[in-house]
Amino acid sequence: MSSVLVLDDVHVRYGGSHVLQGVSFEVPATGVTALLGRNGVGKTTTLKAVLGLAPRTGSVLLRERDIVREPTHRIVAGGIGYVPEDREVFGGLTVEENLRLVGPAEGADAAIVRELFPDLVQRRTQRAGTLSGGQQQMVALARVLLRENDLLLVDEPTKGLAPKLVTEVADVLARVAESTPVLLVEQNLPLVRRIADTVVVLDAGRVVHRGDARELVEDQALTQELLGVSMRREGAA
Amino acid sequence: MTRPTPATLLRVGLPLLLLAVLAYLPYVPASIPGLLPGRINGPGSMQLLATCLVFAGFALSYDVLFGRTGLLSFGHALFVAAGSYLLTVSLSTWSLPLPVAILAALGGTTMLALVVGGVALRVGGIAFAMVTLAFAQAASIIVLRDPGGVTGGEEGKALNRDAVPSILVGVQNAPYRYWLALAFVTVAFVLVRLLVRSRAGHAMAAVRENEGRAAVLGLTTYRVKLLAIVVGSFLGGLGGVVHALVLGGSSPSLTSAEFTLSLLVMVVLGGAGSTWGAVLGGFLYHYADARLVEAGGSGVFDVLPDTLRAVLSQPLFILGAFFVVVVYFAPSGLTGLGGRLIRKTGAS
Amino acid sequence: MSTFLLIVVTGLGLGALYFLAASGLSLIYGLMGVLNFAHGAFMTAGAYAAWVTMTRLPSSMGVGLRLLVAVVVALLVGAIVGVVVEVVLIRPLYRHHIQQVLVTVGLSLAAVAAVQGIWGADPRAVARPEVMTGTVGLLGARIPVDRFVYLAVALALFGGLLALLRYTRLGLVIRAGVENRTMVEALGIDVQRTFTIVFGLGGAVAALAGVLFSQYAGSVSPGQGGSLLIYAFIVVVIGGMGSLTGTAVAAFAVGLVQQLANYYAVSGVGDLSVVLLLALVLLARPSSLKGATA
Ligand SMILES: Nc1ncnc2c1ncn2[C@@H]1O[C@H](COP(=O)(O)OP(=O)(O)OP(=O)(O)O)[C@@H](O)[C@H]1O
Ligand SMILES: [Mg+2]
Repeated sequence: MSSVLVLDDVHVRYGGSHVLQGVSFEVPATGVTALLGRNGVGKTTTLKAVLGLAPRTGSVLLRERDIVREPTHRIVAGGIGYVPEDREVFGGLTVEENLRLVGPAEGADAAIVRELFPDLVQRRTQRAGTLSGGQQQMVALARVLLRENDLLLVDEPTKGLAPKLVTEVADVLARVAESTPVLLVEQNLPLVRRIADTVVVLDAGRVVHRGDARELVEDQALTQELLGVSMRREGAA
Repeated sequence: MTRPTPATLLRVGLPLLLLAVLAYLPYVPASIPGLLPGRINGPGSMQLLATCLVFAGFALSYDVLFGRTGLLSFGHALFVAAGSYLLTVSLSTWSLPLPVAILAALGGTTMLALVVGGVALRVGGIAFAMVTLAFAQAASIIVLRDPGGVTGGEEGKALNRDAVPSILVGVQNAPYRYWLALAFVTVAFVLVRLLVRSRAGHAMAAVRENEGRAAVLGLTTYRVKLLAIVVGSFLGGLGGVVHALVLGGSSPSLTSAEFTLSLLVMVVLGGAGSTWGAVLGGFLYHYADARLVEAGGSGVFDVLPDTLRAVLSQPLFILGAFFVVVVYFAPSGLTGLGGRLIRKTGAS
Repeated sequence: MSTFLLIVVTGLGLGALYFLAASGLSLIYGLMGVLNFAHGAFMTAGAYAAWVTMTRLPSSMGVGLRLLVAVVVALLVGAIVGVVVEVVLIRPLYRHHIQQVLVTVGLSLAAVAAVQGIWGADPRAVARPEVMTGTVGLLGARIPVDRFVYLAVALALFGGLLALLRYTRLGLVIRAGVENRTMVEALGIDVQRTFTIVFGLGGAVAALAGVLFSQYAGSVSPGQGGSLLIYAFIVVVIGGMGSLTGTAVAAFAVGLVQQLANYYAVSGVGDLSVVLLLALVLLARPSSLKGATA
């Protein structure tokens, strides 16, 4: 099976702290790959390292092209869509302006956007800063789906959302993953089990586990050991 | 009794040795052609060296703000000029005796620093730089308007020669003015060293490194910064007093935007946050400024095309361009350059 | 009454010049966090480019036409200088804001010295077309026409910049960049290029300010840009560090206060009153001095 993204021995250092200590894994060209780990192990940093938003060394191949020396905007323009951890929509801009920023809607997913987010079409002229958290998340998702992507990096899209919205976001991701591979950072294990195919688990800046998503989530002892949690009957996704 | 380690010997011994050498210079009749005008102990050289030392002191005083506390102030010239003008004006216009005039100048400068610093610190960072420049400009306007004829406008204000000891007046007494300048740098040097090691100095360093964290640690950063401004301004005002005594008056160039910027240039050239860096930067800056004027007039650039010669004959052009180069290639200044080169070869 | 009107219009005209001087500075600061100290040198460059152009053009051309050509040349020179400074000096120091200030300080010192070396320290008279020297009657006052010219140019620029920010893609990227530069990049947009364009724009506007200020003063001199820059700083700080509307309001307030104080108090108090105004604003509302674009 071919991989859309290959990380090999990626290191990130912030000043004196060595946050990623040789991370290596591959993201298959289809489906959802979940990146898991306890708080502060370096999941967000891994995504940022791919995007050039964190100072990194090592090799990062996107469709076999080494992007480790490229500036962020070129990496993204080269086919990566990024939905950051705290949404980071532009609060002072309207919904429409937020979407327009990525350029004219042309991607295959553009139609999906209109279909999936009817709410946003209605709120076109509202300032994004005045949207609810869930609506902001939709804007953050929609603005990357408007473009053709080789890969999506999505960082904790359900953080702080009500259960109904969590399901909605999961639906969107599952739908998008039919055509575009997704690397998803997520704490919600039921959601991971529902939509992810493979998992990569980080601990203290290193990959400690790789494998099938369902197998990991259903192995209580292993999730307890790797993530410090086991899947209880919380939010059914 | 503890025996002094070699490091302390070096730290205390080296400055003392240098001080002794500098203090002895007025007895050295040799001449260094090209470097100094005439004999070392001749009036030309003595006056030049004295002014260079005063500038070294100015740089030390500014480094308390910029290098030690991280305050980018464009208004430090205000306090130097205040010291200088308060002295000359109190001597001539108000006919105060010299000691009282000096106290008035220092007191006035310190008060001014409290007020101006207090207001300007309402904003931080880049805005602080802009605001301080505006305040310094106000001083320039006042001095040039010459209210009631006290500041002398563009001409500047001459020192009332009858009010100062005769030993400081006249061409033949240049060595005494040189020693005065040397004494000023020494005082400034020692005071800055003591300040840096004191609790206040540590607080300043904390503010410089990370203002947010310093605030979390319970430091009232506003007060720390105000203290830095007041101490720096006091030293700057003292420098202004000495400058007036050494040069025989106050000049409006002390209030110019160019001068206030040149203080920044001196400190960065030498190495911000380093006592030796400031001393070296201030000294060399004035030396280069003075000597480049002569180089421009002496015809060394005559072989060059007219326009280029005209540009190069401006010391500020050369100093400004050199400054840009230093910011790029030696961000820690001349004193930091050595250390940086060593680190670089070690790392690669 | 007629004197009052004259003073008000003159104050507004001066405010217009301050706005021209400050708007580029404010735009650059708002987007990039860079205090461009060389902005004064940009103004000086524009003023001298226009002056040289006017003296080189054949005097058979009318003064007005020569001035128009000179303005175009100055705009080009300003834009080129801005772009070159951004690419060569500012860009390598990306995110090192203090060093960026230092570099522009060095540049401004060197640039003023260079101009002084080439054209001398003394002011050089500039030719002023009749439109700039004439007066017009208004409610019983005779008011110099040039004040209205400055006002018209400043209002046109203000409107143009607002429209640029609101209705163009460049403006959209600028507004987003002011809010969150990193995220703009993470959406695949070359923010660096936007910086260069904004610097070029700022340079062109500064050059225009330089030309018009030399028309107001009747001469060019090496230090002119630097002294105008100090007022531009005051205006930018009072206007809220990066807000265009705030900058416009502050510019006119500063121009008015200065003229009124000069007339009703002693001459020369005007310049000081501006600094006093700055101090009062700082004491009254320090917390609102953050940043916004429009
Ligand atoms: N800019 C930075 N400077 C210094 N340290 C940083 C920086 N960014 C992240 N870190 C550190 O790197 C480590 C990993 O952070 P990261 O955000 O990648 O964790 P995470 O796995 O995404 O955690 P969470 O689940 O809480 O989002 C943390 O210890 C964090 O403090
Ligand atoms: Mg995270």
